[in-house]
Amino acid sequence: MIDWFQKLGRSSLALFERLGRGGLFLMRVFAAIPSLVPRPRLVIIQLYSVGVLSMMLIVISGLNVGMVLGLQGYNTLVDFGAEESLGQVVALSLVRELGPVVAALLFAGRAGSALTAEIGLMKATEQLSGMEMMAVDPMKRVIVPRFIAAIISMPLLAAMFSAMGILGGYFVGVGLLGVDSGAFWSQMQGKVDFYEDIMNGLVKSVVFGFVAAWIAVFEGYDAVPTTEGVSRATTRTVVHTAFAVLGLDFILTALMFGSV
Amino acid sequence: MAELHDDALMVKIRDLRFAHGARVIFDGVDIDIPRGKITAIMGPSGTGKTTLLKLIGGQLAPSTGSVLVEGEDIHHVSRDDLYRLRKRMSLLFQTGALFTDLTVFENVAFPLREHTHLPESMLRDLVLMKLQVVGLRGARDLMPAELSGGMARRVALARAIALDPAMIMYDEPFTGQDPITVGVIMQLIRMLNDTLGLTSIIVSHDVHELSRVSDYMYMMAAGKIVGHGTPQELGHSGSEWIRQFMGGLPDGPVPFHYPAADYAQDLLAGVSA
Repeated sequence: MIDWFQKLGRSSLALFERLGRGGLFLMRVFAAIPSLVPRPRLVIIQLYSVGVLSMMLIVISGLNVGMVLGLQGYNTLVDFGAEESLGQVVALSLVRELGPVVAALLFAGRAGSALTAEIGLMKATEQLSGMEMMAVDPMKRVIVPRFIAAIISMPLLAAMFSAMGILGGYFVGVGLLGVDSGAFWSQMQGKVDFYEDIMNGLVKSVVFGFVAAWIAVFEGYDAVPTTEGVSRATTRTVVHTAFAVLGLDFILTALMFGSV
Repeated sequence: MAELHDDALMVKIRDLRFAHGARVIFDGVDIDIPRGKITAIMGPSGTGKTTLLKLIGGQLAPSTGSVLVEGEDIHHVSRDDLYRLRKRMSLLFQTGALFTDLTVFENVAFPLREHTHLPESMLRDLVLMKLQVVGLRGARDLMPAELSGGMARRVALARAIALDPAMIMYDEPFTGQDPITVGVIMQLIRMLNDTLGLTSIIVSHDVHELSRVSDYMYMMAAGKIVGHGTPQELGHSGSEWIRQFMGGLPDGPVPFHYPAADYAQDLLAGVSA
């Protein structure tokens, strides 16, 4: 019993210590952001590897999720003769929930893990140390450009995911199952509110992007500089981002769409 | 070595103590690194030679004691001053620590791009000159993954001299290299030191190479300096530590056996268990 309490205590202490380190790390990141203003190129290079290279995955996944939504939505709605609301169902599910959440999960798997592994390996091969010895702050040169690029990329990827999803839903609903095209779009237009739905979805994706970026660069920077350490850090990035995104999603949804 | 005036010293370490958790790595170490000379710091593996270089570079902070680099206490200067001092020194990592996403050319250009605003044509000339010194001008377009270990170290050396530092620290420069590469690196260390008027610190356990290339040697063991002198002086030293190390004897003050319980008891304990 005592053992169990000891273990609980130890792991809680470790958790809070990590959170503290993560918080301090974030402050250092913020402090280093102004140094990037004269060197936007550093961010642009990272935007390519973090954002552009993730696009394919996001586009294909979005299309697939949208197609499944179209099919499942149609099967349910048709029982009530409400299949013309398909556009609304697909759009709202994507814009409010699936777009930000699934895009964030995919982002963590595709870009977050890559960021962690890259930074962790740079640490393991003494590249970060070498930079410091050349009087170059790795925070400014390596960490912050990647962090900013991830924050910029995530909302754009989430928006792309939703847009592709809607297209996927359209192909299945209108193209295959014979829902009226005009009804599909007009229902969507009528029921999807710009502020209530799209902006709230955007806020979510910004929050998720921030959390995913923070976890990814922190795990890389904090990784134990060995093969095993980097491998663990990469796993942690994906797992922690998933937990954080799903947990935050509930909180944000409760705040945004009310009455829980 | 006769007490040198502070101006003649590039680095002055006094009463340095440093512990890694419970393990004491340095326990009162005094080292003088004279300007313009090649000073070697030798010691068996695990004596914290790399740690010493990181302490000199200000990447680690000692528990007590001081490290003066060009008269300034590197652990008590502002961050800006620390970076100013670091531009005057280079650390050549054992692995080379080249940036794997940049070509050889860009690796050497990196410190110049970060710290100067030279026009591209001048930067190119400078990089090619540095690469010419290490004999790798022709390898400028290769990626670090395409280099052999010895070439990577030479590129790292070209990068280390890019900003014309006053001091270079070499971390195990000979380890794992073939005899030709060792010869090349030794020659480069000597040549750079003498032609550029550098101060060099080599940390290594390769006794023979060190005795040939260095002007002065320190021998470290168990957290202390156990001897120092010119290579000739150390060669004739009466210290058991130095004799074991220079002669490569398997047993001596550095024991062959990792500390363990009595051998016979240990074997018998297995039977009764």
